[in-house]
Amino acid sequence: MLNNAKEPRLNRYQSFSFMNRTPVGDKKLDVSHKTVLYMEDVSVSFDGFKALNKLSLYIDDGELRCLIGPNGAGKTTLMDVITGKTRPDNGSVYFGQTIDLLQMDEPAIAQAGICRKFQKPSVFENLTVFENLELSMKADKGAWITLLATLTGEQRDRIDEVLEIIGIMSLKGQLAGILSHGQKQWLEIGMLLIQEPKVMLVDEPVAGMTHQEIDRTAELLLSLQGKHSVIVVEHDMEFVRSIAKKVTVLHEGSVLTEGTMDEVQNDPRVIQVYLGE
Amino acid sequence: MLLKFLENDKESQWVLIVLLAVTLIIPVCNLIFPEGSIFYFSAYTVSLIGKYLCFAILALSLDLVWGYCGILVLGQGAFFALGGYAMGMYLMRQIGDRGVYGDPILPDFMVFLDWKELPWYWSGFDIFPFAMLMVFVVPGTLAFIFGWLTFRSRVTGVYLSIISQALTYALLLAFFRNEMGFGGNNGLTDFKDILGFNLQSDVVRAFLLMCTGTALMSSFLVSRWVVRTRLGRVVTAIRDQESRVRFLGYRVEMFKLWVFVFSAMLAGLAGALYVPQVGIINPSEFSPLISLEIVVWVAVGGRGSLYGAIIGAIIVNYGKTVMTGLFPEVWLFTLGAAFILVTIFLPDGLVGLWKRKTQENV
Repeated sequence: MLNNAKEPRLNRYQSFSFMNRTPVGDKKLDVSHKTVLYMEDVSVSFDGFKALNKLSLYIDDGELRCLIGPNGAGKTTLMDVITGKTRPDNGSVYFGQTIDLLQMDEPAIAQAGICRKFQKPSVFENLTVFENLELSMKADKGAWITLLATLTGEQRDRIDEVLEIIGIMSLKGQLAGILSHGQKQWLEIGMLLIQEPKVMLVDEPVAGMTHQEIDRTAELLLSLQGKHSVIVVEHDMEFVRSIAKKVTVLHEGSVLTEGTMDEVQNDPRVIQVYLGE
Repeated sequence: MLLKFLENDKESQWVLIVLLAVTLIIPVCNLIFPEGSIFYFSAYTVSLIGKYLCFAILALSLDLVWGYCGILVLGQGAFFALGGYAMGMYLMRQIGDRGVYGDPILPDFMVFLDWKELPWYWSGFDIFPFAMLMVFVVPGTLAFIFGWLTFRSRVTGVYLSIISQALTYALLLAFFRNEMGFGGNNGLTDFKDILGFNLQSDVVRAFLLMCTGTALMSSFLVSRWVVRTRLGRVVTAIRDQESRVRFLGYRVEMFKLWVFVFSAMLAGLAGALYVPQVGIINPSEFSPLISLEIVVWVAVGGRGSLYGAIIGAIIVNYGKTVMTGLFPEVWLFTLGAAFILVTIFLPDGLVGLWKRKTQENV
């Protein structure tokens, strides 16, 4: 199942690669083995620098996993590989048991149910908060359908519900550009929620937030597990401790160790990586 | 119903009212009042206004793709010229045997080049509905092919601008060639009739102006509707953060392609309305300079605002008419200076200035 790495891979920088792309959506997500994301032997190098080095990682269905590691450990590159932004040199990445993410491009992966919050809050500043959520909503995203799309009452309620969850209901009609940094982070989390994804990749959700906001974010992320699989990358160790059941430590592009926060923090290799010799 | 559609949009209402007035009053006054009356508009004025309105449609088309989707196309003139050529070919076929050489089928320039029969791509252009279809299909197809190749390969920014300019320049060179069968550097001219009515007559000219005004108003309303649909919001999002939109599951290239093809068709319509009113279409319409001028119209009026594009096109072209009459040699400097000043001081154009004023008053 995971051994078709020898198949010729498409190079995204080939102009005509779109012509032989396998159609998306022909395979159903299959998580009967309880694993929602398989990454095996994944390597990415940029001009000789190995950003990911034979990394293998398995995420269970409905799990909340924290990824930590010093700067340059490959956390963001890992998210780039999963979401189709970066194509690995080798290795395989599967969504469930059947869907090969390396054959898909970013929109296809997003539609399949893997969504991402970026490190730097990237909301659409010239659209209102409401419109930001409207565009993110799970829907058919073809150009012609989008032209004629209108919101049903149900969808409006769903948007209001998410606005309630992320606590910016009063800013519904405001341009997203005027939001504070913390509010933008929340809006982006809301944009994730409304896509109803199977897997959420959350890159530094609490950067620039106040203590209260951090607590609420922790609460929210904890409430998501079970229904969604959530992968959180975060530098704030206190925050990670407050939400994590299982922590994966990355170092120099591969997994250093995995375990509970206590196990990880007492691992001498982790201490060495973080504190130096 | 229309007023309800434009509720809470005073500016759009005003622009439409003015356009409606121009479309009705000028042609009617031209026909009813005798020459010399203060209400009389000369045939020259009628065709001049007609030209401005065509340019306004063209500016609108560029604003959609540049102001809303963020693709700076420096070859929009190509689609305009192609629409113009499609109309020109119909008008050439309407001449019939009244050409200088009196050939019932072949246009004069083909007889002159000693061609024996009409090239295959001229067939069908004697049928008005077919020619009108081609006004949209030809620019649309070119935009589709060009957009398909560039957007799929994720060519953006200045690279796309330069390629689009190369496209219009290549077409300029191609249409200059006599072998192309489009009249070489003379282009298509000496038109006689449209739908059997004499193009030189006042009634036909007045009617053409009315058609152009109606086309501009419809283009404005349709474009305004498009940018307010969800597709319009996706397109704005693409302009601001293209890669983010991809991660929401939208195929960015398909949205760009949609807007680009739509815009090319509008430009084609503008060209088709322009040709019967000026009486000629030649390869100079493909010149990169014209495509650059369109960008200036939109920048001056205010990109990202549909009525801004219309206002910009009309103001700049009125300026051009006045300036080239008074000081022909300084016009290009004026245009360049206007572009620089607007870019530095009025990034949102004249419309932005107006908005700033009204906001201060509030």
